[in-house]
Amino acid sequence: MIERIEQLRAEAESEISAAGSSEALEQLRLRYLGRKAELPQLLRGVAALEPAQRSQVGQAANEARQGLETLLAARAAELGGRELEARLADDRVDVTLPGAPPQPLGRLHVISSTRRELEDIFLGLGFTVMEGPEVETVHYNFDALNHSPTHPARARSDTFYVSADVVLRTHTSPMQVRAMEAHPPPLYIVVPGRVYRPDSDATHTPQFHQIEGLAVDEDITLADLKGTLLTFARAVFGDDRDVRLRPHFFPFTEPSVEVDVSCFHCGGTGFLRDGSRCPVCKGEGWLEVLGAGEVDPNLYSFIPTTEANAPGYDPEKVQGFAWGMGIERIAMLKHGIPDLRLLYENDLRFLEQF
Amino acid sequence: MLVPLNWLREYCNPDLDTRGIEERLTMTGTKVEAIHHHGVPSADRFVVGRVLEAEQHPGADRLKVCKVDLGDDRDGPASIVCGAPNVAAGQTVAVARPGAVMPDGSELQRLELRGVTSEGMILAENELEIDSSPSTHGILVLDDRMLDAELAPGTPLADVLEIATDVLELEVTPNRPDCLAVYGVARELHAATVGTSAGAELAGAPWEEDPGSPGPVAGLEVTVECPDLCPRFTARLFENVTIAPSPLWLKARLSAAGQRPINNVVDITNYVMLLTGQPLHAFDADRVAGGHLTVRRARDGEQVLTLDGQTRTLDGEMVVIDDADGPTSIAGLMGGARSEVAPDTTRVLLEVATWNGPNIHRTSAALALRSEASSRFEKGLQPEQCMHAQAVATRLMLELCGATVAPGTIDVGPPPPPPQVIPLREQRVEAILGVPVARERQEQILNALDFATQRTDDGLEVVVPALRRADVTREIDLIEEVARIDGLERLPATLPARRGAAGLLTHSQRVRREAEDALVGRGLNEIVGWSFADPELLDRLRLPAEHDMRRVIAVENPLSEGQSIMRPTLLGSLLDAARENVSRNGPDVSIFESGTVYRAPREGLLAEEHHALGALLSGRLAPRSWRGAPGEADFFAAKALLAALLDRFHLDWSVQPGKRPFLHPGRAAAVLAGEEQLGFIGELHPLVASAWDLERTAVFTVDLGKLAAAAPAVVSFSELASVPSLRQDLAVTLPAGVAAGEILQRVGAAAGEMLEHVEVFDVYTGEQVGEGRRSLALGLTFRAHDRTLTDEDVAPARERIIAALDEIGGELRG
Repeated sequence: MIERIEQLRAEAESEISAAGSSEALEQLRLRYLGRKAELPQLLRGVAALEPAQRSQVGQAANEARQGLETLLAARAAELGGRELEARLADDRVDVTLPGAPPQPLGRLHVISSTRRELEDIFLGLGFTVMEGPEVETVHYNFDALNHSPTHPARARSDTFYVSADVVLRTHTSPMQVRAMEAHPPPLYIVVPGRVYRPDSDATHTPQFHQIEGLAVDEDITLADLKGTLLTFARAVFGDDRDVRLRPHFFPFTEPSVEVDVSCFHCGGTGFLRDGSRCPVCKGEGWLEVLGAGEVDPNLYSFIPTTEANAPGYDPEKVQGFAWGMGIERIAMLKHGIPDLRLLYENDLRFLEQF
Repeated sequence: MLVPLNWLREYCNPDLDTRGIEERLTMTGTKVEAIHHHGVPSADRFVVGRVLEAEQHPGADRLKVCKVDLGDDRDGPASIVCGAPNVAAGQTVAVARPGAVMPDGSELQRLELRGVTSEGMILAENELEIDSSPSTHGILVLDDRMLDAELAPGTPLADVLEIATDVLELEVTPNRPDCLAVYGVARELHAATVGTSAGAELAGAPWEEDPGSPGPVAGLEVTVECPDLCPRFTARLFENVTIAPSPLWLKARLSAAGQRPINNVVDITNYVMLLTGQPLHAFDADRVAGGHLTVRRARDGEQVLTLDGQTRTLDGEMVVIDDADGPTSIAGLMGGARSEVAPDTTRVLLEVATWNGPNIHRTSAALALRSEASSRFEKGLQPEQCMHAQAVATRLMLELCGATVAPGTIDVGPPPPPPQVIPLREQRVEAILGVPVARERQEQILNALDFATQRTDDGLEVVVPALRRADVTREIDLIEEVARIDGLERLPATLPARRGAAGLLTHSQRVRREAEDALVGRGLNEIVGWSFADPELLDRLRLPAEHDMRRVIAVENPLSEGQSIMRPTLLGSLLDAARENVSRNGPDVSIFESGTVYRAPREGLLAEEHHALGALLSGRLAPRSWRGAPGEADFFAAKALLAALLDRFHLDWSVQPGKRPFLHPGRAAAVLAGEEQLGFIGELHPLVASAWDLERTAVFTVDLGKLAAAAPAVVSFSELASVPSLRQDLAVTLPAGVAAGEILQRVGAAAGEMLEHVEVFDVYTGEQVGEGRRSLALGLTFRAHDRTLTDEDVAPARERIIAALDEIGGELRG
């Protein structure tokens, strides 16, 4: 009987190993281990054997059954895996077809993305973003910013007028005054926004965008201005950038400076590797990006002290800096946009580039 | 301002090359915009020659063969072929030898001219860029034209004539008219280099010696009727004047400074202006009628023929100078044709005056007439400068025109104000700059800039020079002088203390960013349009007369009529951008704009401004695909987009049918947050769409300020129910006129708290539901927080829903 078990086992093992499909394997399982198969029958008959044989035969049959079950499972896994692979291979797609349905891609306008980038830099430095009216009084746009009553910028050739007392603001600087009227020192703000001047050519549009900065506290120095703008320059144009302050003139800052950033294209040398003149900085090594200075003490004198801004702005007790830059200029420099007017044409081929 | 470097170095000559001077001026506040070169690129191989012989060329009638002594003992005289009619033996001339490079960059070669070798070129003034006017054709004969006639052949030409100089193009800030002058720039250069190894002293002022005298001038009177516009008026009379070309040195300097030489008298006025910054005007004294000049305001509509040949019409705020025959010039801007200096002039009246800067600026802008003189006057000159210019001009008139100066100087105006004295605290300098500047250095800087100083306990007492009177009035102005000269490059880069500073966006700023991002995320491109609009926009949007959007802000002085109002809506720029893109790039456009719109105020001065967000969809909503067609822009596409936007902000929002003149009357709605109207949504009225050459186009705009106000700043957590929901569908037919919004609202109200969500998942009209009726399939989601619901649990709610719908004509289907 034991021989018969061994014979069955050997026969089954060889057939299982040779089985070519899950289906064939299932047939073999039924043939050798199914209810009516010989081996289970033998096992059921063990009880009828005499005790001496009983354990020997039982053990052999059990071992044979377990061995076959293990072998079947292994073979099933093997065949199943192979068959799945074959099925999946048949199920392949052309992965180079475009995705569907298409997800249309939108973009912020480069003026917006640049404005946000600048806002974020100064938010990180602790400045708050404030905005003000674009249709502004002559008082805030000129008078309170220390422009003499006859300052040329007030001329109708340089400013859009809505009435004798109301203009389209020519800069974001009026918010310096409005902010100081509304808040006590210390004050750290940036003011992005749209401004207007009656110019129209390749480098001027009658509307453009500025971002103004103002920091007023008891001890803010010109050196602090330099450090703040150096941080800005490196954030926008790269870690290797340097800034230089050149003396200049603005009615509402004193001392006033223009701020140049070392050219990011040529590294500030003015020349490219091949020896040609840098097209971005025109060989200067520096790019003029903004005007700035220490807030002119006259501005503080113009700010009335009220409940809102108490203790107010005493020129002997507070000092600070202010700066203003053109957002379009930064965007054009950074992205190499050659003509300001492209920014206002809103051609989708342009908008989709950024 | 163009400053020839040779001229500048005459007054201040630091040990620096052109680049070095550029760097010092730029870094101390006088920005060098560009460096030009005037004259020949290099003075090499340009020499003085003497014509020994000038013989007729054997093969050419118009050429002469000259033997020219170039001081070259070894090779003897050079043979030079010359085509100028005025060349003659005995002349001292300017010669370019082979290898010389001409101003146009060409290199002179030894040439064969019709069989005769020419070893160089005898030069004319225009070939050296001394004077390019056509009347100077013919060679330059040096001994005719130079006072120093004994010039040895072979002398480098550059030793006797300024034939090559770098020229600085300076940007002079409006507070520094004293730097619109060669001597003023020389002072800056002196200060910018003082205390350095390269530093150089400043030569004495060119006006230190005045050959003229004070007192009345016989036969000449001046009345100033408007002293507010003419703080000082001076005049001198010159007689025995001979009008002639200016000497070469003067022509060369004027040409290098960008001025065209005219004649000696006019050139002197230009030269003195460029040197001192003070404009002058020369009249032919014999063409001034009556010997009495009156400075007065012009009459409205009065006309003057200026010396450029144009008739100018004046107004009552402009100033003229009258003689007995009426206006003879426009003050500060341009002389009149009638009294212009002419070749036969023998008596010259030299006017040097101070005018009110803003008034000159206004007149210059109004007449569109700008000149070197007006650009100086408009910045406000100091009365002292008048006599600076008179002194230098008088010396030159005597030297160059053979003139005599009549005794006296007409001088109308009050004495100039006394100099201002300002204390400068040493500690204050450091407090503003963030870095100390030694008191000795402060003195050195201020003295170099012509400020007198005296030490005090805590700093300096500083006397402001007349020329800086307008610009320097306070301690902070002195600090700026110290800072800019001491060097801003010395400043360390530090950060402010930022006490109490917290960089935060406000709620509405965050809402705006998030709203823009929502639309970008849905595939829309942002445009930036013009704030200006064409008044015709209002008609093209079909706005009736009293419509609120017609309450526009108008610009008084627009660049054009098409940009003369401030936009009351974003629609105009969205439509303009859509039209441009359809014509350039095809019919599919999905764009939005985030920007300010304006209304004229109902009260107060300023505009009613709010920040709006507007979207426009036209054509396909997405690119075409190989798997199914993308949707097309219509009302519901726009509404889905609006939902994607508003739902981000946890708004309780809705739309209500509402017409707008520019929208399709059956596909237009107001967008509401609670009771507050946020904006509108709809398809464009076909007439409006066609006015912008567009097919079916859907738009919405919302007021972001109102949206932000309606959006909670902070969203509170809602408990997540741990039990599953129960979903049931309900199909009802209703009269077609009952709005889906009303149905949903009734369903919600009737169902009670267990109803978590309702959606419309099918809408059907057709035969099966009968005429005038519409079938809606509703998906109802019920959930309780504490138990799993069964159909029996929700049956009462379902019954209530059915009953509520029954009230508005609803019937359960199937």
